[in-house]
Amino acid sequence: MSRDQMTGSEIVLKALAEQGVDVIFGYPGGAVLPIYDALFQQNAVRHILVRQEAGAVHAAEGYARSTGKVGVVLVTSGPGATNAVTGLTDALMDSIPVVCLTGQVPTHLIGNDAFQEADTTGITRPCTKHNFLVKRMEDLARVMHEAFYIAQNGRPGPVVVDLPKDILQGLGEYQAASKSGHKSYRPQVKGDAGNISKAVELLAKAKKPLFYCGGGVINSGPAASQLLTDFVRMTGYPCTLTLMGLGALPATDKRFLGMVGMHGTYESNIAMHDCDVMVCVGARFDDRVTGNLAHFSPNSKKIHIDIDPSSINKNVRVDVPIVGDVGHVLEVMIKEWKAKQYKPDGKALDAWWKQIDEWRAVDCLKYDSKKDVIKPQYALERLQAITKKRSEEKGDVYFTTEVGQHQMWAAQFLHFNKPNRWMTSGGLGTMGYGLPAAMGVQVAHPDALVVDVAGEASILMNIQEMSTLAQYRLPVKVFILNNEYMGMVRQWQELLHGGRYSESYMESLPDFVKLAESFHAVGLRAEKPDQVDDLINEMIEIDKPVIADVMVDKAENVFPMIPSGAAHNEMLLGPEDRAEHAVSEDGMVLV
Amino acid sequence: MDEQIRFHTIAVLVENEPGVLARVVGLFSGRGYNIESLTVAEVDHKENLSRITLVTSGNVMVIEQIKAQLDRLVPVHSVKDLTLEGPHVAAELAMVKVAGTGDKRVEALRIADIFEATVQDTTLESFVFRLHGQSAKIDQFIGLMKPLGLVDVCRTGVVAMARGKEGI
Repeated sequence: MSRDQMTGSEIVLKALAEQGVDVIFGYPGGAVLPIYDALFQQNAVRHILVRQEAGAVHAAEGYARSTGKVGVVLVTSGPGATNAVTGLTDALMDSIPVVCLTGQVPTHLIGNDAFQEADTTGITRPCTKHNFLVKRMEDLARVMHEAFYIAQNGRPGPVVVDLPKDILQGLGEYQAASKSGHKSYRPQVKGDAGNISKAVELLAKAKKPLFYCGGGVINSGPAASQLLTDFVRMTGYPCTLTLMGLGALPATDKRFLGMVGMHGTYESNIAMHDCDVMVCVGARFDDRVTGNLAHFSPNSKKIHIDIDPSSINKNVRVDVPIVGDVGHVLEVMIKEWKAKQYKPDGKALDAWWKQIDEWRAVDCLKYDSKKDVIKPQYALERLQAITKKRSEEKGDVYFTTEVGQHQMWAAQFLHFNKPNRWMTSGGLGTMGYGLPAAMGVQVAHPDALVVDVAGEASILMNIQEMSTLAQYRLPVKVFILNNEYMGMVRQWQELLHGGRYSESYMESLPDFVKLAESFHAVGLRAEKPDQVDDLINEMIEIDKPVIADVMVDKAENVFPMIPSGAAHNEMLLGPEDRAEHAVSEDGMVLV
Repeated sequence: MDEQIRFHTIAVLVENEPGVLARVVGLFSGRGYNIESLTVAEVDHKENLSRITLVTSGNVMVIEQIKAQLDRLVPVHSVKDLTLEGPHVAAELAMVKVAGTGDKRVEALRIADIFEATVQDTTLESFVFRLHGQSAKIDQFIGLMKPLGLVDVCRTGVVAMARGKEGI
């Protein structure tokens, strides 16, 4: 062996080190054994052994979203790769930078239906931003670097690198990452100056303006969130955030109207409907946000800032499109606003705020408290209050969620004052996301408090990762709002399917306290409202993984709600609204 | 909003690498777009480039989406909407097999002559014609051959290029 020659596995690890990777999430198997052997003989990259590959990808997502770095996954061929598919799709939908290394059978066996062979690049092509099959040794190092470049540049997303075993075992030379940029993939980062000027002028002249901001602000980095906050405060304009964008503007800011969309606040949705200039920053007019497109914000001029040109004019026609990185564009917009000495129309803005305050007074998140039944909203209000106190004393708190009612309540009742503190599966809506994501967050932030707000149905989808928490002493807190139903399914069945609760009730749920204990964690339970504070305090104090099983009202529904097919101003505020706004036939077919 | 369905010819310069065609085709099927025709071949061996010409249909917003979606594929170098960006020339090649004897056979040959189709193969009972030109011309030719014993049709789909001195 000449001095410069190294094995493919060593090249892979060297590339990871050059890309600044310090931790990967994975699960071994036949095709990737050479990488695991190389991992064993080095200390630069730490490996977290998950219990199922889906957990590895979600953990990498949690890691990526809470750090802004690329999350890295290592799985074997065949079932290893197919188990990763849900996580990859999740990362694609939510624009999370992930590099997933998959083992593959040796090149001479590809296509032979070999043991644990799957057409990984074929399967993952539609659920990744890009993927590679490395068939030549001389491509390996370049492809590794390219994968990282693609994952994090432009609109971030998952990239799969499929690695046949003979490539991993063969000998080749390492190449450092190229500095000259990618041959064909060069996303536009700076926005068009003319359109930016137009947008700022439009904003300055607005009488009923609204900022509508999403995950793109978070993805652009903490500086972008700061710029957004500065711009919102400079203009004094109201701002709403999507599920993905929570934390981009501090929740404590009085200009924050709460979340927008199907379960967003009344004031956000009505403001979106009635505004005259909307500036959409790093969001994508998702169907959960727009409701009925034909009635979506009918009287507004729309400005859309997005790094992905395909997001623009996809669902909603906009008047001023700006393709570029949110951070760059906001910076130029602020400069322009100052340079031209724009002033908002004070009188119009006062009237607009007065109107918004009336909508706020509706108090759309109010709920009926009960003395002897824990309302899920109450449990989250207490979680918010107690963890807020904790964060003031001891540093950061991170929340992840599973998917369903608990997720929406968490989005409504938890408050985020910084970006990257809220990890939830928005686009794909992946039940089972929260626990492994929390694991990834805790790996990245060992001293932080990390809470997975869960439902009892979702948590069972990746419950095996409790074992990973134990192995690496990751003190993640799982806060289950247990209503013994798939709550969101039950809610839709109640509202749309005549109360026929088909297969949404779970019999024989596990005893989560005992389950926790069997996973070397601590199990806690609360059944009455007066037990909630003690439970949360105890959960936070325990320096181990905890499952807190909070038995909540089984019949509670998430309100407000824009039923599918309805417009923003046809929002249901509570159970009493239901009879008046029956869901249309058109709406029934929508998800 | 303009909901009228229109046809667009789009030229896409791509890296000639495994899977690139699958990416393009998968994009169309996955997002429910139409492909009226698609041709692809390597055009620059040294630079490793292939050129795809595709004809697609949709309303203004859909056509815009298609181009944006194509452009964000990693191995795509450039996307040009020939229909939108000015005059262009387009042509298609077809091979058409016609079987028959007697008057029908003579008539087929006469029409082929009018269309400037060349005879690529002949037996006493058949011809294989080759012709090129606008798709409409080929449609017309095939239509005329139907009653004369049309057996087989093979078309390349459209290749197209902008007029004038500028390249893609």
